[in-house]
Amino acid sequence: MSTTVAQKSIPSLTAGKLPRGTTPGVLVASVVVTGAVTALFGGFNLAGTVVGGIVVFLVAMYAASWAVEGRRKASDRLATHLVFGAFALALIPLASVTWEAVSNGVARFDVQFFTYSMRNVVGAGGGAAHALVGTLWVTGLATLISVPIGLMTAVYLSEYGRGTLARSITFFVDVMTGIPSIVAGLFAFAVMSILVGPGTVSGLSGAIALSVLMIPVVVRSTEELLRIVPNELREASYALGVPKWRTILRVVMPTALSGIVAGVILAIARVIGETAPLMIAAGFTQSMNANPLSNAMMTMPVFVYDSYAHPGVDVLPYTERSWAGALALIAIVMILNLVGRFIAARFAPRTGR
Amino acid sequence: MSTDTLPESPADVAPQPPSSLIPAKKRIGDSVFKTLSTGAGTTILVILALVAAFLLVQAIPALTTPQDQQLANGYGYFPTWIVPFAFGTVWAAAWALLLAVPVALGIALFISHYAPRRLAQGLGYLIDLLAAVPSVVFGLWGIIVLAPAMMPVYTWLNAYLGWIPLFGGQVSGTGRTLLTAAVVLAVMILPIITSLTREVFLQTPKLHEEAALALGATRWEMVKMSVLPFGRAGIVSACMLGLGRALGETMAVAMVLSGSDVITIEILTSTNTNTIAATIAQNFPEAFALKQNQLIAGGLVLFVITLAVNMIARWIVARRAQYSGAN
Amino acid sequence: MLKISKIGAPVALLLAGSMALAGCAANEQTGGSTTSGSSLSGTLTGKGASSMKAAQEKWTADFQTANTGVTVNYSPDGSGAGREAFVSGAANFAGSDRALKDSEMGAGKFAGCAASSSALNLPVYISPIAVVFKVDGVTDLKLDADTLAGIFAGTITKWDDAKIKALNPDAGLPSANITAVHRSDDSGTTQNFTEYLSAVAPSVWTKDPDGQWPFPGGEAAKGTSGVIDAVTNGTNTIGYADESAAQNLSKAQIKVGDEFLSPTAEAAAKIVDQSSRVDGRADNDWALNLDRKAAGVYPIVLVSYAIVCEEYKDASVATLVKAYVGYIVSADGQAAGQSAAGSAPLSADMQSKLKTAVDSIK
Repeated sequence: MSTTVAQKSIPSLTAGKLPRGTTPGVLVASVVVTGAVTALFGGFNLAGTVVGGIVVFLVAMYAASWAVEGRRKASDRLATHLVFGAFALALIPLASVTWEAVSNGVARFDVQFFTYSMRNVVGAGGGAAHALVGTLWVTGLATLISVPIGLMTAVYLSEYGRGTLARSITFFVDVMTGIPSIVAGLFAFAVMSILVGPGTVSGLSGAIALSVLMIPVVVRSTEELLRIVPNELREASYALGVPKWRTILRVVMPTALSGIVAGVILAIARVIGETAPLMIAAGFTQSMNANPLSNAMMTMPVFVYDSYAHPGVDVLPYTERSWAGALALIAIVMILNLVGRFIAARFAPRTGR
Repeated sequence: MSTDTLPESPADVAPQPPSSLIPAKKRIGDSVFKTLSTGAGTTILVILALVAAFLLVQAIPALTTPQDQQLANGYGYFPTWIVPFAFGTVWAAAWALLLAVPVALGIALFISHYAPRRLAQGLGYLIDLLAAVPSVVFGLWGIIVLAPAMMPVYTWLNAYLGWIPLFGGQVSGTGRTLLTAAVVLAVMILPIITSLTREVFLQTPKLHEEAALALGATRWEMVKMSVLPFGRAGIVSACMLGLGRALGETMAVAMVLSGSDVITIEILTSTNTNTIAATIAQNFPEAFALKQNQLIAGGLVLFVITLAVNMIARWIVARRAQYSGAN
Repeated sequence: MLKISKIGAPVALLLAGSMALAGCAANEQTGGSTTSGSSLSGTLTGKGASSMKAAQEKWTADFQTANTGVTVNYSPDGSGAGREAFVSGAANFAGSDRALKDSEMGAGKFAGCAASSSALNLPVYISPIAVVFKVDGVTDLKLDADTLAGIFAGTITKWDDAKIKALNPDAGLPSANITAVHRSDDSGTTQNFTEYLSAVAPSVWTKDPDGQWPFPGGEAAKGTSGVIDAVTNGTNTIGYADESAAQNLSKAQIKVGDEFLSPTAEAAAKIVDQSSRVDGRADNDWALNLDRKAAGVYPIVLVSYAIVCEEYKDASVATLVKAYVGYIVSADGQAAGQSAAGSAPLSADMQSKLKTAVDSIK
């Protein structure tokens, strides 16, 4: 492609390219050399070797590629390696957290855990059925409140919003993302105290607290995606005589559906693990309460935190329950994610990607 | 109705006549829909106004009580008491953002443009899993796994780079430093930034990308020329979302960070500046009367910090016109 | 419309899930009100100190087993939250790591109490606070108040400091920095720990007692479990925490008079008997001034109170509170607390005095 190659008139098509297998070869060599050098100076450790080896690899590949393929190819290779590296790097905490949760949580991840509450349970045994029901209610209600408001706001911002109102909504939605979670809890508690009576804690109150946290996430992630739906689609729809509201519902939203679903799931994941606001707004109980309108409702994060923070004399059953709860929470979000992805894949239009 | 039958090129769209000649037909559906969406937006403003009013009413005693009474009955004189925590909040969040953004952009690019198409969805899902982990678990993980694992790194940094003020001081004996907290925060905001930027990158017009490649650009040059500029506004939005989470994150920081009320830029010692959210969470259970007002006033300050950060970000984005289909 | 059904699907799934689960906890279905002869029923709401959470859990379980119609919810939100909830009437009783102050007491100040009624402070939970440490090769450590204060105030920074060596001539103390872990949250444990230091070692510990750690800087950790985790996962660390939470960590012996005492329940419980009552309170109010210098008493002790009304607005609440708190201060209740939470049981004498106080609740 470049003229320099042609001028050198090298016969082979693969000339001016690093041979296949260079990348893994250099990677292994770099790590081994780094390990050997550090071992030589007596300071061998595995993590250091891997990190050092990767740095050596990046430099070596950049240099080799520059020498053989030129600067532009070398930058391209470096970028590729960094992009792959970023992904690999993110897998480390993911693997570590998952491993911790699974290895510690699996001991109590049994039928009893999902069918028993903690009523009259001291020490071993018991379960989180009451917290599971609470979390489903509270998060479900919060989703019911937040998604319509958030989605419609995003529609307003991307399709209708002009002028001061739109600008102020955009701005204050950003501000809303910065509300500390505990303040949301206090707010919900104060609102319910005024509306219902002093000291009211309930599942609904918890849902209100979570909604305050959830709405901005829904708006932010969906607005951005509605905005980048190509104008051509809208105009084509208008040209066919489709009213604006139908265009939005049938053309714009389906095009952005996979992103919207991902955004909503992200928003749920963001709030389902909230501890502090639920402690204040939804309260604390050891017993099953399936009525979100009255009395305290236990939730999973509160259960996890409380089991960890206030164990009895025999700590082990408490920490086991705590980790099992964490594992269950992760599993819930995973299932939601799968369902969301299925919906997105099933109903989203083909976009050629 | 399926959208893929719609014409994709603007050339197929007939030029619309000026509205003055043929008045648009008023449709009930349109006005109902517009009212609904405007109403939703207004609802958000009302909720926020209520939250702000609640914060203000509760915070007023902390702002109006005389200094001597605040010293006697509260945590200290509010304007001076809050300063270190305000600094700590921004400091920790800045580090988290610094660590998370490059990695998040890398992952988003990896999934949208580098990974084999077949794998990309599954891999994206893998990263989203990080968002599923409750903050309490991140806190536990930070204390039990991350902090001890980072200890050798900190000792090394402190020993060889200790002359840089950042890495100076007496290295922590437990690893529960600001850097550890920032790493935990970074991991927490990673899926948030990744998820949004990934979706934006995926929406880059195919034509832009193919045009770049046709001109002989390498993949990286194509990304630089078409994907990143297109996703610019989305990237900033994603970062703001992540920053909002980092600024307001409570439980994980409260559990991981060994915080106090002194201002320090050292990030490897036991003495770190605490964040506002963590301070509220740590002290609220025992707070009473004026102390409670002071903590809520702290929440108000956090609110103002987020406001300021967002204004700056908006200003940065506004300096260049957005690439947006809807504009 | 198709669109709505699409969005509605996950929501419906979520709701269906919670419906299916609603109200079915396997351990709550059996029994019913026929199993106990008790006529008590209703929901009793308590809120307050997290220190006595483990004990409250056991008391709640025992009480609910004996009275199947009753649900007791004790939320461990913290003493301050508990006192506030009690004042506003949101909680029927509060658990608190300190008694109400004179300025906080008084008729008509409590929304849940009768207009002419003040509150009663009943010391129901005693827990020794252990000084825990993790130093390689050291399992026994003896400390006096001045040394302990020096370590936590930051004036003693090395484990092989002359003052520590003088008390522990045989221990192989390393020449390493001390990482002293304190509570980052406002807590009754810190309040009692600093009260001890400022009462017994005033020359070294120059700060006033406070629930919030008074010195700037140092290693801070959230909650009892946070301190335990920091001490366990760190190196050359020392911290203070409820004795029952200390588990596998080594505990220092504290010098009292001429002897060194371990944090045992017996040594701690004596403090309540040896302490004087706060002046000017009602006969049945047992707010105490703890005496931390008494001989033979392990001095770093946390005493938590149950705060109740002298007279409740609602007679049915009064009945429940009397029954529940009455159980807590009984010999059975105190033994149950010791087994579940490692607390120090009240002496028989104290139990009968508190019984009289509980009986006076109207």
